[in-house]
Amino acid sequence: MSIVGSTTEELLGQLASGDVSCVELTSAYLDQIAARDPEVQAFLRYDRDDALRQAERIDAKRQSGQPLGKLAGLPVAVKDNMCTKGQPTTCASRMLEDFVPPYDAHVVTRLKEADAVLMGRANLDEFAMGSSTENSAFQVTRNPHNAEFAPGGSSGGSAAAVGAGMTPLALGSDTGGSIRQPASFCGVVGMKPTYGRVSRYGLVAFASSLDQIGPLAGDVTGTARLLEVIAGHDARDSTCVDLPVPEYTQSLNEPLSGLTIGIAAEHFAEGLDPEVESTVRSALDVYTSLGATVKEISLPHSRYAVATYYVVAPCEASSNLARYDGVHYGFRAESFENMIDMYATTRGEGFGDEVKRRIMVGTYALSAGYYDAYYLKALKVRRLIREDFDRAFADVDVIASPVTPTPAFKIGSLVDDPLAMYLQDLYTLSANLAGIPGISIPAGTSSGGLPIGLQLLAPAFEEERLLRAARMFEQESE
Amino acid sequence: MHHTIVIGLETHVQLLTKSKLFCGCVNRFNPENPNTQTCPVCLGLPGSLPVMNREAFLLSVKTGLALNCDISQFTKWDRKQYYYPDLPKAYQISQYDLPFSHDGFLEAEVEGQGVKRVGIIRAHLEEDAGKNMHDETGGGRDSHVDLNRCGTPLLEIVTEPDLRSAAEAKAYLDELKLLLNYLGVSDCNMQEGSLRCDANINLHIHGDDGSKIATPIVEVKNLNSFRGVEQAIDYEANRQLEIYEETGRKLGDPGVHKETRGWDANRSVTFGQRSKEEASDYRYLPDPDLVPITLTADEIDEIRQALCEFPADRRRRFSEAFELSAYDVSVIVNQGAEFANYFETVAAECGDGKQAANWCTQDVQRELNERSVAIGEFPIGAVALGTLLAKVVANEITTKSAREVFAELLESEAIEPTAALAQIDQIIEERGLAIVSDTGELEGVVETVLAGNQKIADDFRSGKQGAIGPLIGQVMREVKGADAKVVRQMLIEKIGK
Ligand SMILES: [Zn+2]
Repeated sequence: MSIVGSTTEELLGQLASGDVSCVELTSAYLDQIAARDPEVQAFLRYDRDDALRQAERIDAKRQSGQPLGKLAGLPVAVKDNMCTKGQPTTCASRMLEDFVPPYDAHVVTRLKEADAVLMGRANLDEFAMGSSTENSAFQVTRNPHNAEFAPGGSSGGSAAAVGAGMTPLALGSDTGGSIRQPASFCGVVGMKPTYGRVSRYGLVAFASSLDQIGPLAGDVTGTARLLEVIAGHDARDSTCVDLPVPEYTQSLNEPLSGLTIGIAAEHFAEGLDPEVESTVRSALDVYTSLGATVKEISLPHSRYAVATYYVVAPCEASSNLARYDGVHYGFRAESFENMIDMYATTRGEGFGDEVKRRIMVGTYALSAGYYDAYYLKALKVRRLIREDFDRAFADVDVIASPVTPTPAFKIGSLVDDPLAMYLQDLYTLSANLAGIPGISIPAGTSSGGLPIGLQLLAPAFEEERLLRAARMFEQESE
Repeated sequence: MHHTIVIGLETHVQLLTKSKLFCGCVNRFNPENPNTQTCPVCLGLPGSLPVMNREAFLLSVKTGLALNCDISQFTKWDRKQYYYPDLPKAYQISQYDLPFSHDGFLEAEVEGQGVKRVGIIRAHLEEDAGKNMHDETGGGRDSHVDLNRCGTPLLEIVTEPDLRSAAEAKAYLDELKLLLNYLGVSDCNMQEGSLRCDANINLHIHGDDGSKIATPIVEVKNLNSFRGVEQAIDYEANRQLEIYEETGRKLGDPGVHKETRGWDANRSVTFGQRSKEEASDYRYLPDPDLVPITLTADEIDEIRQALCEFPADRRRRFSEAFELSAYDVSVIVNQGAEFANYFETVAAECGDGKQAANWCTQDVQRELNERSVAIGEFPIGAVALGTLLAKVVANEITTKSAREVFAELLESEAIEPTAALAQIDQIIEERGLAIVSDTGELEGVVETVLAGNQKIADDFRSGKQGAIGPLIGQVMREVKGADAKVVRQMLIEKIGK
């Protein structure tokens, strides 16, 4: 059996039985990176020697009979907005090109404790702002299924790396769909956990009340395994919830009996690509054949989700990114007149267009006299959106929908149309506004040969239900 | 025409917590070692997140209660956004529209005027900024920033514009400082910047026809001594009156904004600062990294129950319990909680408040001043002093003897309380200071002395009252610890016979 292309469970089995060493396994993925990444460009940085050293350590640990972590020997790519001690964490921005954090993000600590091999740093839209990974200051990542097409974003590097078989697992972050949309475009599984399920400590903030780190993998089981490792309480993040973490992999293969799936008319409205719609409807047929009931629900405020999101997220972003001023760390402009000019020039040169656009929108919306009309209003609508879900989940167990209105689009086709780009998140960003978990699983392929995903949403902290529901579909389509 | 000065004070108080407000860094004044008390959180590094220090919040709620404020059951954190090199996140975590406490008051005794009640609009908690070591000439290139102070907890207490003179402002600040001392909330060390003050000042001009005109409000920033507050108020009152008489400009006129001025302590003048118009929009935003704090009425009550006695209550209690004058009580209570506790123990031990007050405010205070130490470092413990004074009260030793013992105890420096008691007895024994109550022994000595000094006895009989002095001295030289009063009485009786 070849290593690249195997599932995480198969790989763990081979490692445990001694059929393959961690060094052999890591080498195979490094070879795959060497073969595929010049085209895909998913990795901003990877260090072959460093990865092999980690692998050697894990092999040694196994040979000496020491207990091993849940990911023992599995490579994981990390989106380049999660701090890793002593290694650059750039957020794909010139602003942080040379920034080396003195500490590990909570999730990075968890990966190390679980004996994962940190493979390298995945590309992203600058500061996670975008839906195509074209906003990276350093390189454009390509869709592994067709290099002319975008991998989605902002976790495009993570999704493309998994999709191209360059790593079995990756971490992404999802603020409005940034894990689920690229997972869908690249034909992999990606999950945004409940807000508060995974510590954000060490995740460079974009929009603090929406950001959540999540797993990407080739299959649902790998996704569940990675979530098991990163989820759980961390006292360093006040918004991280202290609830026990179920062993998702244990219950995963038990089908949910009497499953009721909600579908909202709002998710099948104008602008939805017919191939995407038919893929989602076929998936629903699969569930029906497994004994599930499909029920119509209504999410009346979901039509305000894009508007709400594009007030809340830029407002928080304008505040979170204000610290990049050239004073204490990061990029500083070469020449400037005085202190104020240093701020302006540094930020003008250090940020890309999309980041500047959002900072300006957020700054404007928070200005005196506009706060009530924009930010406060957006918070009120956000509550209505959450209440829509509360009502819906009183009747159904999960909600099924498309992940995106279309399959992957061509690179360059939306860069001059920010609004069209924002509409990419139409079906995904409600989950961030409501704080609920969502998953994207491969459900079909377009006539153009591009993957199409299915999105499932569940109530807060029902990741176990979400993963089991996803696994039911996956098992049936295997 | 006459005018009233109208003053509101905003006081920033650094809280005495072990660690900073949102991270684990130590909270200590340490300008000699810049940037040594920092971590990713207070440096505002990418990815770092704040976590609230509960100790700081608890101290703040205590202060709010002591200021008679309503404590909010729901309070949240907001980001106050502005760019400055000493603010690495480019926002300060503060409280904007829902402070943890509001609508209170503090009563302060104003000299020659009685008690003044000063309204408190709000008290809220926020993080302090770092400190810039300035040199803007190089466009910021030659400036340095020390972030040791960055993120330390700061309590901002805002009064109503209730103060009407520099003396009232001083009285309010003195009482506030004392209250914070009793609460153990802050050391209020103004040299180290743990208490800083901004004053909002304007005038109400009263015309003879009963009209009233308000002059534009001026905020004088960063007053770092109480003396500075007083001087700035008086200086502003004169300056504003002159300007009003010149220009007639008043509050509410078109183009009149609140003016911000600095205080030059060397020249004792206020000076105009760059207009704040540009910087005045702080774009407040509820901090999404921190969860709101909720307190139940029971929890607030629990904190209230655990509060210490406030200075005003203690003054009242001391004057009743120990029958002291208002002056004595103030002298004791205003020295701070430790000193008042010391006094109370001494008074309880010796059973005589007046005696304890005299010793504490005179003998003890004099030594403290000479040694420049606080009562906590005073070598004679309260129980020891109380025990010593109890002997005076019980007529076992004289006040003069007690001073001798006191002086010797001072020499021996900090001694164990039980050892101190033994030492007191030992000194009295060694020096024979115990008052001789055995009149038999005294009687013999008195008779001997009288027999040898018949001339003096005659002089006394013939009306020379002063003649008896040397006789008393002679008896007391013979019998150490004899009570002069008793000796005098015995001498008079015997001469009269
Ligand atoms: Zn710190």
